[in-house]
Amino acid sequence: MTQPGSAGQTRIAQLLTEHRDDVLGRWVAAVAGTVRGRITERELRHESEELYGLLVRQAADGPAGTAADELRSMLADLSRSRARQGFTPSETAVSVFALKQALFSLLEEKADVDADAKTYREFVLFSSVLDDLGLHTFETFAAAREQVIADQAESLLELSTPVVKLWDGIVAVPLIGTLDSARTQVVMESLLQTLVDTGSRYAVIDITGVAAVDTEVAQHLLKTVVAARLMGAECVISGIRPQIAHTIVTLGIEFADIVTKATLADALAHVLRQSGVQIISGGQA
Amino acid sequence: MDRVPVLKIGDILLVSIQIDLQDQSVLALQEDLAERIVSTGARGVIIDITAVEIVDSFIGRMFATIASMSRLLDAETVVVGMRPAVAITLVELGLSLGGVRTALDLEKGLALLNADGVSQTARALRDIR
Repeated sequence: MTQPGSAGQTRIAQLLTEHRDDVLGRWVAAVAGTVRGRITERELRHESEELYGLLVRQAADGPAGTAADELRSMLADLSRSRARQGFTPSETAVSVFALKQALFSLLEEKADVDADAKTYREFVLFSSVLDDLGLHTFETFAAAREQVIADQAESLLELSTPVVKLWDGIVAVPLIGTLDSARTQVVMESLLQTLVDTGSRYAVIDITGVAAVDTEVAQHLLKTVVAARLMGAECVISGIRPQIAHTIVTLGIEFADIVTKATLADALAHVLRQSGVQIISGGQA
Repeated sequence: MDRVPVLKIGDILLVSIQIDLQDQSVLALQEDLAERIVSTGARGVIIDITAVEIVDSFIGRMFATIASMSRLLDAETVVVGMRPAVAITLVELGLSLGGVRTALDLEKGLALLNADGVSQTARALRDIR
């Protein structure tokens, strides 16, 4: 007998246990329709069985039990893996909500036999728990996606700042895209680290691919050059396009004694000369 | 208080900083170094900061002070082995160490002194190599 005022939904738990295969079957069938063959029926059944077991325990224990926590963490895992497999958050949430439908249709059928007002009240409570869980998967899904985006942004940052060796003791950083503080910081750090690792005395910073130069970007470039100087290396800035040169002059940015060249080739020739390498044309016979 | 040793190699004084610098030891180093430059007649000073991981503005200024002090005593100062993180910190602090010469490592620092012809020892060391 149910204790009055008990936290759990014992009737629902009882129903879920008695008609386990029936409800589970309906549930899996409903979910299988929405996932459309992206995961196998067997996997789905396995997941659902695990969830079902926890749900029954949760219904019996009430929201304060340990089953509730387990349920949440399991749903979080499920949602995260679904996010990675490319499911939409609705599809994940629907796979939780579908249980309501399955249970309700069972209740409808059994209505004449043993469903009474109390069972329905418990059903409403139970479905609000399911709603909560569905929303929980939604939240986890959003968080997982955010994580994916953050990871991608980070790897993009690393990808976009290669330091290449041009010659013995000469390295170059071809900058492409927009320079902001975060990126310049990465460029600065990787350039300086490469200078140490390779023992290079010269660095060429090529800004051919930089869309626009404003005072902030110029400031970042200057800082990089000064930092490299502090370590005992010389920097040359190359790839200054005519418009950029115009902007720099208009903004009144002073590059002082930093060597600037129009093209990467000019810069390479300059640093080769500085490091005492002579370039002699082969001469075609 | 830890004192930083000042090593003499021919006409070069080598200061390799291997400890966490306190303000007191920095001041002591400046005094020691000035004294040694005078007593040995050194022509070059190399400060190796490969092991220094953290700098503040006080230590940053120390390099500049030592450099101008040595120049007064007719010795050239080269700071070698600065780590990227240290360089970035100094730049962010707005210290560009004007007047201090820098090199990537000790070897290149010696080469720098040799190129300027300030040090006999640097040339001798190069010839040995």
